Amino acid sequence: MTNMNYAWKGSEGANLRGDREQEWADIPDEDFARLDAGTMQSETISRPSKSYWQDAWSRFRKDPLAMIGLCTIVVIAVAAIVGPLFSAYTYDGQDIANQNQGPSAEHWFGTDKFGRDIFVRALYGAQISLTIGVAAAAINLVIGVIYGGISGYLGGKVDMVMMRIVDIMIGVPELLYIILLMMFLGNTIESILIAMSLTYWIGTARMVRSQVITLKHQEFVLAARATGSSNMRILFKHLIPNSMGPIIVTVTFLVPSAIFTEAFLSFLGIGIQVPMASWGTLVNDAIPTLFTQPYQMLFPALAISITMFALNFIGDGLRDALDPRLKK
Amino acid sequence: MAGYIVKRFFASILTMFVLITITFFLMHAVPGGPFSPAEERKVPKSVMEKMEEKFGLNEPLSVQYVNYLKSIAQGDLGFSFKQSDVTVNELISRGFPVSAKVGLVAIVVALIVGMLLGITSAIKRGKWADWASMIFATVGISIPNFVITVLMLFLFAVVLKLLPTYGLSSWKHYILPVIGLAFGPIAYIARLMRSSMLEVMRQDYILTARAKGVPEYRVIFKHALKNAIIPIVTYLGPLVAALLTGSFIVERVFSIPGIGRDFVTGISDRDYSVILGLTVFLGLFIIVANFIVDVLYAIIDRRVKIEE
Repeated sequence: MTNMNYAWKGSEGANLRGDREQEWADIPDEDFARLDAGTMQSETISRPSKSYWQDAWSRFRKDPLAMIGLCTIVVIAVAAIVGPLFSAYTYDGQDIANQNQGPSAEHWFGTDKFGRDIFVRALYGAQISLTIGVAAAAINLVIGVIYGGISGYLGGKVDMVMMRIVDIMIGVPELLYIILLMMFLGNTIESILIAMSLTYWIGTARMVRSQVITLKHQEFVLAARATGSSNMRILFKHLIPNSMGPIIVTVTFLVPSAIFTEAFLSFLGIGIQVPMASWGTLVNDAIPTLFTQPYQMLFPALAISITMFALNFIGDGLRDALDPRLKK
Repeated sequence: MAGYIVKRFFASILTMFVLITITFFLMHAVPGGPFSPAEERKVPKSVMEKMEEKFGLNEPLSVQYVNYLKSIAQGDLGFSFKQSDVTVNELISRGFPVSAKVGLVAIVVALIVGMLLGITSAIKRGKWADWASMIFATVGISIPNFVITVLMLFLFAVVLKLLPTYGLSSWKHYILPVIGLAFGPIAYIARLMRSSMLEVMRQDYILTARAKGVPEYRVIFKHALKNAIIPIVTYLGPLVAALLTGSFIVERVFSIPGIGRDFVTGISDRDYSVILGLTVFLGLFIIVANFIVDVLYAIIDRRVKIEE
């Protein structure tokens, strides 16, 4: 009876327990059949196992909005890098004879009040926006991972002090401070990045901290410690890689908010310096001519809106793919 | 809970100190500002005299810092570099009531519309009404507020010629600025409300209410809403901050004489002292709002984890 190679044909094997042995004895022998090799092999894993990242990618790939977002960003990025090389115009080349022209075959998005080609300016704006988005996310990833990782891993008094600092920082209205710092640092891409690096890491740090706290008591950490790994090694080789999914999700959402902040600052006139163009500057510059040349505002506004949509879709898709627990 | 409130109180006080300290040291870093060497100063003589008097520029830094703290504690936020006869307090008493009026209307609109969209979306889950509100919410979250404001201006004032674009003289003047301010918050509140409502509608007590034969509208608006509304409270703090920074855009685009416009004018005039004074004011306002919201939340929701 205990031989696992036999199964009773009349049952799926779900409710066969030892106390049923008497009933079993009543079953005629011919109702039992020997399992064939195929059934036995069904226990073995036939497909190669998928890693966490392969699994996430296959989930991400099935999300149409996320894939559309990804393709859109790739197209915009390629256009932003390659486009200006093939254009006859430059972002600061003025053409007095062609001021305030509507969209045409020569000037796809028209020209502004200095006769500059708005399409090329929008492409440069894309370069600036994407650079700032990615750079800001990268800087804040590094700061957030180090700060949150140390705070969560060491715990105790260190954690207490570090988190009190976060409690205080989180109350500082960040946009106000970024504006202030921009006033003092000057209108360059570097100063925008510095200003954003002061507060944006807080969300990442908190998230990393809570991840590290949940992971640090698991067996693989104990095993690492038993084999003599240093604290630094445990934190950066074991704990952080294991919480990479949620970290990436948080950081992805930093990209659109950094792009928004830059455009907002440029719109207020403290972002990117003239004659360089950012999407925020382009929309701002178009306001005085809104009644006569509305296209000057429409194209940059569309460009930034489409980019923000795409990035938010990618973020949502990554969240569902990398951190399925968060899916509502 | 008392412990939590005390803790939040001290954190808020410390945040205020950080804010004031940063502004003080930025004031010292201003190129051509009050604290830079005499040959770089490009400020009018009357302003210089005021600053000498106010900050005691010959005193050591620590004394100046204490003086600065004292003057802020007394509610004195400084004066303008550019218009030496105007103080920041005057700017605020002139501009803040205007901004507050528009802001309050925007808060009410954002809460009502956002919550209605969220509730509709939750109770019509999977139907077209859900899709429509969630598409709207995605649009509102993705498109930056300045783009929405300028697009609104273009659509209603330029193309349709329906609404005025300048000033605040009638109720019609409020429509575009309020939409500009409330659009993003509406989207955020709708999403928050939807997920919170869906969560609550799954609870057993809703089933009980239905089983007792309570009419559906009462189940939704009386039983479910009471609990579903709690997460919205947490958004009120960020909402105040969003409206204040949003006012920079909206008041500039629609020429509304509020503090948002003063702030932006200060930026383009490089009027450092006005910007610092307004930053301290707006920053303290946001910190106080956040503190009140946190306390409110702790009172409303007993389940809130004090220790985090």
